[in-house]
Amino acid sequence: MADEPAPEAAPAPPPPPTPAEILAADAGSLPGVISTQIDKGEIVVLAERDALYGLMSTLCDDPRFAFEQVMDICGVDWPEREERFDVVYNLLSVSLNHRLRVIVTTDETKPVPSVHGIWPVATWWEREAWDMYGIVFSGQPDLRRILTDYGFEGHPLRKDFPLTGYVEVRYDEDRKAVVYDKVKLTQDFRNFDFVSPWEAMTTLPGDEKVHTERAEEAKAKG
Amino acid sequence: MTELTAASPAEIAAKTTRTVEIDTHSINFGPQHPAAHGVLRQILEMDGEVVERADPHIGLLHRGTEKLIEYKSYIQALPYFDRLDYVSPMCQEHAFALAVEKLLGITPPERGQWIRTMFAEITRILNHLLNLTTYALDVGAITPSLWGFEEREKLMEFHEAASGARLHANYFRPGGVAKDLPAGLEDRIAEWAETFPKFMDDLEGLLTSNRIWKQRTVDIGVLTAEEALAWGFTGPCLRASGVPWDLRRAQPYDKYAEVQFDIAIGRNGDCYDRYLMRIAEARESVKIIQQCLAKMKPGPVKVQDHKFSPPTRAEMKRSMEALIHHFKLYTEGYHVPAGATYTAVESPKGEFGVYLVSDGTNRPYRCKIRATGFAHLQATETMARRHMLADAVAIIGSLDIVFGEIDR
Repeated sequence: MADEPAPEAAPAPPPPPTPAEILAADAGSLPGVISTQIDKGEIVVLAERDALYGLMSTLCDDPRFAFEQVMDICGVDWPEREERFDVVYNLLSVSLNHRLRVIVTTDETKPVPSVHGIWPVATWWEREAWDMYGIVFSGQPDLRRILTDYGFEGHPLRKDFPLTGYVEVRYDEDRKAVVYDKVKLTQDFRNFDFVSPWEAMTTLPGDEKVHTERAEEAKAKG
Repeated sequence: MTELTAASPAEIAAKTTRTVEIDTHSINFGPQHPAAHGVLRQILEMDGEVVERADPHIGLLHRGTEKLIEYKSYIQALPYFDRLDYVSPMCQEHAFALAVEKLLGITPPERGQWIRTMFAEITRILNHLLNLTTYALDVGAITPSLWGFEEREKLMEFHEAASGARLHANYFRPGGVAKDLPAGLEDRIAEWAETFPKFMDDLEGLLTSNRIWKQRTVDIGVLTAEEALAWGFTGPCLRASGVPWDLRRAQPYDKYAEVQFDIAIGRNGDCYDRYLMRIAEARESVKIIQQCLAKMKPGPVKVQDHKFSPPTRAEMKRSMEALIHHFKLYTEGYHVPAGATYTAVESPKGEFGVYLVSDGTNRPYRCKIRATGFAHLQATETMARRHMLADAVAIIGSLDIVFGEIDR
C-alpha cells in the first residue's frame, strides 16, 4: 500500500508488490498480529493468542481477505520452548484464491479461543488438536476426544509420548473380554540414528583450533 | 413423596411420578455396517424413522500415521500416504511429494511431471468408479458395482505395470516418479481411454435417469454454497453446491496448467448433484489422460541429482560414487532444510493437504495430514437432520468417505 507513489525517476524502480506481499502487508496491519513473513510463497502470520478471535473474524469477513474456509487446524509440539505448542490455522479464500497461515502459541494450560463460531468445521479440528496435543480451546462446547480410543489417557502426538504408547489392547479368552495391558515389546524399540557421525562431528579431535577459526570466519562473513 | 395422606396406591403413583412423552431412541449405526463405508460408528437419535441428531464417532481405524511419519525418513514416510485413502493412493503421494519438493527446492523433469499428472487422473477415475458404484450399492443397485469393478481392474493393472503394486503404489517420489513407464503401457492406456467414455455411458444408463435412483438422491442432503464453504467442503462436494473451485485450475501443480479440461458445477447441492459431479469429472479425466499421453516426451522421470533420487542399479555396480549415494539414500536419506509448508492437491475427494514442518534433519518434524473426508463427515449431522434413516445412508455414500484417510 505504501509503495504505490514510488518515484518514477529512480534508477531502478522497485518491482510492484506481488499480491502475496500486498496481502501480507494488509494482514500485518491488523490488531493482534505480531509479525508476518512470506516463506516460499506462503504467507505466515504470527498472532497473539488472546486477540485470535477478533483477528479471525476480520480475516473471514473483511472483503480484502475473505477467507471463507479454514482448511486445517493443527498443533505442533516444540517441548524446549516456554510455550511449547504452536496452533496452526491454514486459511483459504476461494473467492480471491489465496491462502494464509495463522500461528499462535500456547502451552498445556492456557486456552486458545475457539473459532468454531466463525467456521463450524473448526470443531473437529479443535477436538483433534485437543486429543493429540492436549491443547485447550475456550468456548468450544464439544471438546471430546475424537481419534483415540474411548477412555484413552495421554496425548499421543506430543514429543514426549512414546511411539509405542503405554497400553496395548487384546481379547482375553479367560475373562471373555477386551483387556488393556501395559505394552510388552518382544523386541526392544529400535530408533535408528542414521545421521552420519562425520557430518555431526564438526570438531574433530585435535582439530579444534582449525574449526573455531573457520567458524569465526564464517561468522564474520555473515 | 411426602404427601402420603391419600389412600390408594394409584393416587400416590399419579402424584409422585411424571410422565414425559419422548418418542426418540438412539441407535448405533456401524461400526461394522456395509453402508458405513468402513468403520464409521454413528449414534443416531431417531424420532420414529427420522434422524434428529447424528453423532459420528470416528477413530476406529486410527493408526497414528502422523506419529509414525515423525520416526521415518522422508523416503520411508511416503508409503504411508498410500494407506490413508486406499482408493486414491497416488493423489496422496502427490501431495507429500510436492510438499517435500517445495522444501527441498527441486523440480521434477518434464516427463516425471506428465506421468504424475496422468496417474493422478487415472487414480481419480479409480476413486470415482469405486465411490459411484458402492454409493449405488448402498442405495440398492448392485449392477453398477459389478460393472465398475471390472473397469477398475483395468486401471489397477496400469498401476501395477507402472509401480509393481495394484493399490499401495509408492510410485510418486519427491523429485519425480520411481521409474519410467514400461514399454507399451502408454499404448495400452491410450487404447483404454478410447473405450472408457462408452463405459461411462453404460454406467449412466443404469443410474442417471433411473427413477429409483433419483427418488433416493434428488433433494436429499442439500447443502447451500455458504454452508458448504463453512463446513470446509472441497472437491466435487463443494462444486455440487455451485462453487466453481478446483485446485487443478486455481492453483495448478505439475502439468495441470498445460492441459485443457472443463470443471462441472452443480446447482442444487444434493446427493444427486454430487453423483453427477463425479460422473462429469471422470469423463474430463479421460481427456486429461489423453492430452498427457500426447504431450509426453521421452526423457528422465526423476531429478538427476543423486542426493535426492537413487542411481540406477547398473550405475551402482560400476561407480563407487553411485554406490555411496545409494547407500546414503537408503539409510540416512536426505536432509530437508528447516521450514514449513502447507501443500494441497485436488485429490478425487477434494483438497488433500500436507502441512510439513522440517527441522533440517532427515525426518519430518511434524506432518499434519489434512484429510478431506474429515471435514465432510462432520457435516453429516447438518445434512442428515430431519431425513429418513435410509437417506442418511445415501448422504454418507454421496460424501465419498474413506476411513483410512479420516482416521489416519
